[in-house]
Amino acid sequence: MVRFQNVGMRYGLGSEVLHDVNFELRPGSFHFLSGASGAGKSSLLKLIYLAHRPSRGLVTLFDTDVTTASRNQLALIRRRIGVVFQEFRLLNHLSVIENVALPLKVSGQDWEENRQHAVELLNWVGLEDCIDSSPQVLSGGQKQRVAIARAVISRPELLLADEPTGNVDDVIALRLLYLFEELNRLGTTVIIATHSEALMERFAHPRLHLSEGALLGPLTGPPTQPGFAS
Amino acid sequence: MSWRRRDLALSNDPTQRFLPWMLAMIVYLAGLSLAGMMSLSSAMDRWDTGLKGTVTVQVPTAKAGAADGAVGKLVGILRKTEGVIAVRPLDNRDTANLLRPWIGEGTLVGDLPLPRLIDVRVETEPGPDLAKLRKTLNAAVPGTVLDDHKKSLNHLVSFAHSVEFVGALVLLLVAIAAIATVIFITRTGLAIHHEGIEILHLMGALDSYVAGQFQGQALELGLKGGAIGLAFTAATVGVLSHFSRAVGSDLLPKVELGVLQWLALVAVPIGVTAIAMLTARITVIRALQRLP
Ligand SMILES: Nc1ncnc2c1ncn2[C@@H]1O[C@H](COP(=O)(O)OP(=O)(O)OP(=O)(O)O)[C@@H](O)[C@H]1O
Ligand SMILES: [Mg+2]
Repeated sequence: MVRFQNVGMRYGLGSEVLHDVNFELRPGSFHFLSGASGAGKSSLLKLIYLAHRPSRGLVTLFDTDVTTASRNQLALIRRRIGVVFQEFRLLNHLSVIENVALPLKVSGQDWEENRQHAVELLNWVGLEDCIDSSPQVLSGGQKQRVAIARAVISRPELLLADEPTGNVDDVIALRLLYLFEELNRLGTTVIIATHSEALMERFAHPRLHLSEGALLGPLTGPPTQPGFAS
Repeated sequence: MSWRRRDLALSNDPTQRFLPWMLAMIVYLAGLSLAGMMSLSSAMDRWDTGLKGTVTVQVPTAKAGAADGAVGKLVGILRKTEGVIAVRPLDNRDTANLLRPWIGEGTLVGDLPLPRLIDVRVETEPGPDLAKLRKTLNAAVPGTVLDDHKKSLNHLVSFAHSVEFVGALVLLLVAIAAIATVIFITRTGLAIHHEGIEILHLMGALDSYVAGQFQGQALELGLKGGAIGLAFTAATVGVLSHFSRAVGSDLLPKVELGVLQWLALVAVPIGVTAIAMLTARITVIRALQRLP
């Protein structure tokens, strides 16, 4: 599903923020992506959701080498990936439900058939009262839930979430994690970048740990505990 | 309910609000120069058909009595010349009528020492040997001038052609102005909506989908601006044709357009809109190439 071979990444002409990253994720797996702030979690996710190209190495997604794929092939791969951005990135002039349904519109699907689906999803994340609001009037945690609904509405095969619980209270954080687990059970491969040691302990999924641009793992526990590195 | 709004709030951009007025001006300029060129080319056709196959013989002004004899002599020669179809000597009143557009009504015309004119219709192909005829006529009545209008017509036609050239140049410049304006405004829009465009891109939108947003906007603004520009063009052409009818001169190009020519004017805003859409599309797709 996702394979990195000797991948390095830099922004512009800067020094590498990721180097020699090697890992492979099987379909249907669930991983946490951990690491200190600035370790490169968001950067690694950007490589996977094709917002950035690796400066070296080989990235393979859905058995396609992304460096040789055509623009249209890349667009089709992007449609199979749902992303919850760290900064949400909602479109403010669209209503909440329009934001949520946008991936369907972009892939040319019918609105009538999907509206109910979008409503159900908003119910699920507890935003049934905000369907027609502008995202501008929502709190950080509410925006985050809109972003999550948007990421999952097209039932992506791969779900990436960058700090999805950073702005919500513990109860909602748990509910979101249960939602991700639910999607995972339905077959979605999930990668969640997080700082929260508590969440990672509670949901015992293997973790990819980044330390200054180098990847450790997958690990089954915190990287400081010796003997857990595989 | 269907997908209601555009994904990008392009219509809120200050630059987008000024685009229809720019396009209106562009359509107006293009429409006027096109109308001018079309009137001119109709006028040229009229001059051409009006003057083809006619020559004018000008008898030198002489004492009133002598002129009539000279005219009679010349008419006799002309009638016998091969290739001449009809000969009609003009009397002073006819000549005065011809001059009226320049000099106007009144007693003045009668007092002028007017040259006597003979209107001659000739075959166009092959036509009489004008050089020989000119010699013969001059031998009969010295000072006789044979005018086949070629010189004056040539001058008019080359003048009309240069005016047409200027008109075509204006059309070209106007098209370039339209393209440059749309490129500038689209680039501004791309910068303002950079974030939204990137989101669409990351969701898997094709480049043509994103370009479609800008194209749709260009269509809307192009039609809006085009309608305004066309309305002003029609009003201006209407006023000018009213005045040109009032003047009523045969020589001035009549500003009067036929159905086809009006259709050509209507095609201007449509053409400008198409240029705007195409320009927006190409600009956006080229810019998107920079995204991974
Ligand atoms: N757009 C960018 N241009 C240049 N450098 C960047 C950019 N984004 C991130 N970086 C740099 O790349 C490194 C990794 O950043 P990244 O955002 O991937 O870290 P992170 O692990 O997601 O941190 P956080 O937990 O704070 O979100 C940092 O040193 C950062 O300064
Ligand atoms: Mg980050």
